[in-house]
Amino acid sequence: MTDRLSDKLLPVTVLLLGILAAWYVGSYAMNAPFQRDLDRRAGETPSFSQFVVKTMTQPKPTLPAPHQVAQNFFENTFLRKVTSNRSLVYHAGITLSSTLAGFAIGTLLGILIAVGIVHVTALDRSLMPWIITSQTIPILALAPMIIVVLAAVGITGLLPKALISTYLSFFPVAVGMVKGLRSPDVLHLDLMRTYNAGRWETFWKLRLPASVPFLFASMKVAVAASLVGAIVGELPTGAVAGIGAKLLNGSYYSQTIDMFSALVAGSVVAALLVAAVGLVGKLVERGMGGRPA
Amino acid sequence: MSLPNAATFSAVQIPVVEASGLGLTFETGDGQVHALSNVGLTIAKGEFVSFIGPSGCGKTTFLRVIADLEQPTAGSIIVNGMSPQEARERRAYGYVFQAAGLFPWRTIERNVALPLEIMGYSKQEVGERIHRTLELVNLIGFEKKYPWQLSGGMQQRASIARALAFDADLLLMDEPFGALDEIVRDHLNEQLLKLWARTEKTICFVTHSIPEAVYLSTKIVVMSPRPGRVTDVIESDLPPERPLDIRESPEFLAIAARVRDGLRAGHSYED
Repeated sequence: MTDRLSDKLLPVTVLLLGILAAWYVGSYAMNAPFQRDLDRRAGETPSFSQFVVKTMTQPKPTLPAPHQVAQNFFENTFLRKVTSNRSLVYHAGITLSSTLAGFAIGTLLGILIAVGIVHVTALDRSLMPWIITSQTIPILALAPMIIVVLAAVGITGLLPKALISTYLSFFPVAVGMVKGLRSPDVLHLDLMRTYNAGRWETFWKLRLPASVPFLFASMKVAVAASLVGAIVGELPTGAVAGIGAKLLNGSYYSQTIDMFSALVAGSVVAALLVAAVGLVGKLVERGMGGRPA
Repeated sequence: MSLPNAATFSAVQIPVVEASGLGLTFETGDGQVHALSNVGLTIAKGEFVSFIGPSGCGKTTFLRVIADLEQPTAGSIIVNGMSPQEARERRAYGYVFQAAGLFPWRTIERNVALPLEIMGYSKQEVGERIHRTLELVNLIGFEKKYPWQLSGGMQQRASIARALAFDADLLLMDEPFGALDEIVRDHLNEQLLKLWARTEKTICFVTHSIPEAVYLSTKIVVMSPRPGRVTDVIESDLPPERPLDIRESPEFLAIAARVRDGLRAGHSYED
C-alpha cells in the first residue's frame, strides 16, 4: 500500500526541521572555538546573540550554517551562467555525463554476466566469487590506478571516469538479474518443458520478463553507485571539473561552504537519477500488465 | 451431439497411454519414497479417465510421468506409441496445472498464444486459434485483460484454453479445479464435459473429489499411497448425457460407493 504524498509530507517536514535545528546547533558548536579566538585577538567582547550570529556568518567556517550553504547553492546554480566554471550546473553536468556513460555500460555488463551465470554452470561456479571479491577492493585506491594506467595508454577524459562508474554499478545489476532470471516458478518452467521450449525461448519468453522488477530495483542502486564512482574518478586527476573536482578544490582552499554546496548538488543529482530510474521502472511495469497499487 | 461412453469403446480401442509395471522411487534424505509401484494401466483414445486417491498416492506423479516431467525408475510406459520424451518433443499433449500458471505480464490472448508462438504458427493462425479456444471456454471479451483482472475460475479456464490451443489429442489435467469454490467447480465440470464432447480428446484428470471423478469420467482409477499403486479400475456405466443432478441418482451413488470401497481397501482412510 503506497502512501499518498500528503501522508508523507508532515512526517518528512518534521524530520527535516529537526535535522536543520540540529545542524544549526552543530554549526554554532563547531565554529565557536575559532570565533572566540578571532574575538580575543581583535579584542572584541560581543554579547551572546551577537556571538551566535558571528559563528553563522564566517567566510570559511568549520561547519557552514544551513543558510550559508543554501545561499551559495542558489547563487551558483541559478544566478551563474551555465558555462561558467563556478556554476554548479556546469560541474554537475560533467559528473552526470560520466555517471550516465558508466551506468549504461555497467548495466549492460551486469545483464550479460547474469545471463552467463544462469545459463552456463561453469560460470555460475567460477564467476560469482570473483565479482564479489572485486567489490571488496576500496574504490578510492583503485580509481587512481585505473586513471593512471589508462592515461599511459593515451585514454583520458570521460572514459576512465566512466569505467570507474561501470566498476561500481555492474555488481548490483549482476546480482539482481541473477536473482531475477532465476525467479520464475517451477510451475512456469514445467509449462515451458511441456511445450518442448528450448533454453533460448525459455529465456526470452519467461526468464527475461520475470526479471524486469529485479532489474529496475538493482538499477536504482547501480545509478547511485555510478554517481559515487564518477565523483571518486574526478579526484585523482588533479580535479579539473565536476562535482568531485569542486569538492577537492574546496578542501585545498578551505572553501567549506563551496564543498557543502557541491555535496548538496551531488545529492540532488543522485536523487533525480534514482527517481528517474524509478519512474521508468513504474512505466515499464504498467506496460507489462502490473496492477496499479 | 452425444457424449461418448464406455460402451462405444469396447469396439475400437486405440491405446493412447500404456503403462506396465511402472515404478518410480524417489531417493530422499530420509530414505526411499515409493511414489509409484507396479502400475499397469491402459488408456484408450477418447476416454475421460479420472485418477482419484489421497495425497501421496502417486496420481500426480503418474500424470507427470506421462508428460515426461518425471522419469520412471522401473517398468515401461508408452504414450501415443512412443516414449514419453518423444511424445513431449512432438507436443502430443496439453497440460493443465493445479494453479493457472498464466504469465502475469501477458494479456489473456497473449497467454493463450504462448505455445503457438513457441511452436511457430503463423500470425493469422495464432489469432484464429486464440479466438476458437477462448470461445470454447467462454472467455470471449477478456482477450485484452491481464490475469490479475480475472477471477480464479476464469484464470483456470484461460489455462485450459491455452492447453487446447495447439490441438494436442491428449489433455492432462492435474486437479485443475482444486483451488476453486464448489459452485464454480460444478459450473466448470459441466463446461468441461461439453468441451470434451465437442473436441473428442482423451483426458486424464487427477482429482481428490469423489463426486467430481464419478461425474466426469468414463473410467475411474482408484489409487492409494505407501507405496503408490492402483487399487481399482472402475468402468463407469453412467449415460452420456449428464446433467448436474445425476449426482443424486442411485447409479451415481453406487459407483461412488465402489470408489470409496476402493479407497478403503487401499488404507486411504487410515492413519
